[in-house]
Amino acid sequence: MKSYKGYTQLVLRINGQMRKAVVSPNDTLLYVLREKLGLTGAKPGCENGDCGACTVLMDGKPVKSCIILAVEAEGHEITTIEGLKDTPIQRAFVEESAFQCGYCTPGFIMNAHAMLNTVPDADDHTIKEWLSSNICRCTGYEEIKRAVAKAQKIAGGV
Amino acid sequence: MGSIGISVVRREAKDKVEGRLKYLNDYSSPDLLYGAIKTSTFAHARIKSIDISEAIKMPGVRAVLTGKDLPYRFGIYLGDKPPLAIDKVRYFGEPVAAVVADSQREADDAVEAIKVEYEPLEVINSPTEALAESAVLIHEEMDQYAHIDAIKPEPGTNIANRTKIRKGDIKEGFEKSDVIIEETFSFPPSDHVAMETRAAVAEILGDGRIVIHSTTQAPFVVKNLMGAYFGVDPGKVTVISHAIGGGYGGKAGMQLEGLVYLLSKAVEGRKVKLVNTRDQDMITSPGHIGLEAKIRLGATKEGELMAAEILFMFDSGAYADYAVNISRAAAIGCTGPYRIPNVWCDSLCVYTNHPFATAYRGFGHIELAFVIERAMDILADKLHMDPVELRLKNAIAKGDTTPTQSVMDSNTGDLKACIRRTAEMIGWNEGTRIIAEDGKIRAKGFGCLWKAPAMPTNTDAGAIITFNEDGSINVHCGVVEIGQGIKTAFAQIAAEKFGIDVDQVHVIMDVNTSTSPHDWATAASRGLMMGGRAILSACEDAIAQIKHTAAQVLKCPEEDLHVWGGRVFVKDEEHIGLPVKDVALGYVYPDGNAIGGQVIGRGKYISRRLTGIDPDTGKGNPALEWTLGAEAVEVEVDPKDCSYRILKAACTMDVGKLINPTMARGQIMGGMAMALSFSKQEGFEFNDRGQVLNRDLRSYKTLRIGDAPEYLVDFVETPQGDGPYGARGLGEQGVIGIPGALANALSRALGVPYNHLPLTPESLWKKRRDNG
Repeated sequence: MKSYKGYTQLVLRINGQMRKAVVSPNDTLLYVLREKLGLTGAKPGCENGDCGACTVLMDGKPVKSCIILAVEAEGHEITTIEGLKDTPIQRAFVEESAFQCGYCTPGFIMNAHAMLNTVPDADDHTIKEWLSSNICRCTGYEEIKRAVAKAQKIAGGV
Repeated sequence: MGSIGISVVRREAKDKVEGRLKYLNDYSSPDLLYGAIKTSTFAHARIKSIDISEAIKMPGVRAVLTGKDLPYRFGIYLGDKPPLAIDKVRYFGEPVAAVVADSQREADDAVEAIKVEYEPLEVINSPTEALAESAVLIHEEMDQYAHIDAIKPEPGTNIANRTKIRKGDIKEGFEKSDVIIEETFSFPPSDHVAMETRAAVAEILGDGRIVIHSTTQAPFVVKNLMGAYFGVDPGKVTVISHAIGGGYGGKAGMQLEGLVYLLSKAVEGRKVKLVNTRDQDMITSPGHIGLEAKIRLGATKEGELMAAEILFMFDSGAYADYAVNISRAAAIGCTGPYRIPNVWCDSLCVYTNHPFATAYRGFGHIELAFVIERAMDILADKLHMDPVELRLKNAIAKGDTTPTQSVMDSNTGDLKACIRRTAEMIGWNEGTRIIAEDGKIRAKGFGCLWKAPAMPTNTDAGAIITFNEDGSINVHCGVVEIGQGIKTAFAQIAAEKFGIDVDQVHVIMDVNTSTSPHDWATAASRGLMMGGRAILSACEDAIAQIKHTAAQVLKCPEEDLHVWGGRVFVKDEEHIGLPVKDVALGYVYPDGNAIGGQVIGRGKYISRRLTGIDPDTGKGNPALEWTLGAEAVEVEVDPKDCSYRILKAACTMDVGKLINPTMARGQIMGGMAMALSFSKQEGFEFNDRGQVLNRDLRSYKTLRIGDAPEYLVDFVETPQGDGPYGARGLGEQGVIGIPGALANALSRALGVPYNHLPLTPESLWKKRRDNG
């Protein structure tokens, strides 16, 4: 197992680009993304892994970047909201008004995007299971459910 | 071309789904210093000593402050709160010291090194305890606190405010009642849980000007209070509010701004950022008020309401903040939307050793409605009358009077239509309690809502309209975008007035108190009505200026001109005209001569004919407008363990005029979800020492996607005569009827009166057990 002591230069692969950052071993991935790399799309909501606002993808799987250390991300492919452009889920979120204040939106989109890639034909139960790791406090979730259904259609070419 | 009643996509949609919209904590700069606060581990204690000697020596630390350094007492209505505790702490989580350092980590480390010694005092854990004869005083020096006239603190007690309503003759009302019910209700303090925690950045410039960036719903209030609290000239204070990640009332008033200013002052005016952690946002910063209430409600045997005697004992927590006005608002609306001729209400704002309370969506009305709507069902049961019928019979209408004896005017919405439509949507007549084959019980519950803004009588809004070379419009208005979609609605209102595409209207998103026209606050669901009126007035002013210039060019009287669809033209000879873009920045003749200059539309609106209320009777006219509506809930309960699912939530609201149907639906569904979450599963859990046990989002459980019901939403449109295009406020209202409706559904399902929130399966089961 690799060990880190003191500040270390990391090379992280983020949104297809190699990014360098000098980090402390106890810096979270969220902190490094936001404060060292200028990628502020992932939001701090609880910094306790409870709300999902900081969700990013690590090798295509959603992770809560507030409870992952930056050093753990080395060697993995990281995708943040800044790495998604005009994806079905983003289009569907706009069309279905699946947000109000928008603070939870990047995290929700990252999680939903990963779900659509992993289980394209996710049923209601699966959708609830995946997306229950994110909190939205503004909507009643109906628009988010509709956006996911619409993105499934868009992605499936229906 | 119409822009009103169309579901225009919100302006900032693309930025939101791409993670590009910047919230305050997304901004950073190399010159920032970072603040951190040390909070109390006791709910009520004398501070024996604070040792900062180690903290001040730590690397990167620029300043360490304690209460002794900051001899202030603040409060928006009642000046009771020091920015850092002085001599004693009054709630678990209260700030006792603060650090400024070069980095957040260094600031946090220094906070850990501060040592505080406490001498515990008796803890007051409820309004009832606080009102006991023998209760220890939480604010011994209440008689020295400054307060506004409308607030009536009672020194020598724990009562921060008492509002009285005396309408009709309560004794006679009960004498005329054939049926009387008497009940008590309660819920604990809870939290807004906006996904973005509060944050503020302050710096003091060389010439003494103060610049504050804040996650505030009320930048102009902050500016004004900076003057009142610190003796600073408000003109030297600039408050800037960016996109806000949810407010729900929790970001109104003064939040972190005062303290972060003091931190900046301690480091020679350098720029300091202070961001709440989640647990600080939940307990150190203010949350949702708690309540204990008693009601007696009397009616004739035909179900006509005759008398209501109501005692509200609000759990304000350790400080008054907005709570003293929430308790007042609850008194003003104490009957709910029902015609009751005889009313007696005392609404008390009571200090306890709980985290303190501030504005929360519904502002007194979600609280009062829980009490009234449960009481209506209990009364209906006793009358052997259908609860919907009882509501229809007593629904307030034009010509009736409110608890403050003001008359519901011709702008009154159609509550009966709302009740009927909601009953239809939820299938009320198809049965309100059905036992399925598997033993599960499906039950329905009903709850009405009303709300008026609780705001100063001189509440205002302003708008400025400027033009671009392409003829498009810039709208500046001081209402803050907190997710409600107000900026998009404003664009629609301006586009409708000019007859242009809504894409031709640019709305300035950030609010800056030095450049935006004055606006009271983004609170009280008054943004659409008041900001909308100001924008309409600015449009009219701009149109008059366009006509003035165009009349000279077209050689015709101004009054013969019309501005529509990007042109100014002669009404009866439409082909004679000019593009607005050729006039709006001054008209230039072919020979180079220019006239008119740029068009700057100025608009304003101030609330009309509002008054305070009489201190002895509550008589007065404090309400700008009342939004009325009816809600219902259907649940499926497993009687074995009292677990349940919320199947449906329905709401019909009389919104006057729909400006943007999708966004209006979104506000209402979101409100219902928030209230379902609140009444089903939220609320602080305290130990007997007044410490909050559930102060993270793992143990404080908010509604998740899997818990969301099917929503049924509909609208009635009885125009608000003085609203923009007839619209009235709807942002908060969706929450109001839901707690009562849910409690009514569960009470019906299990045959047990559920009068205390939250309605967790465990609490349902315990109550049923205790009831035998």
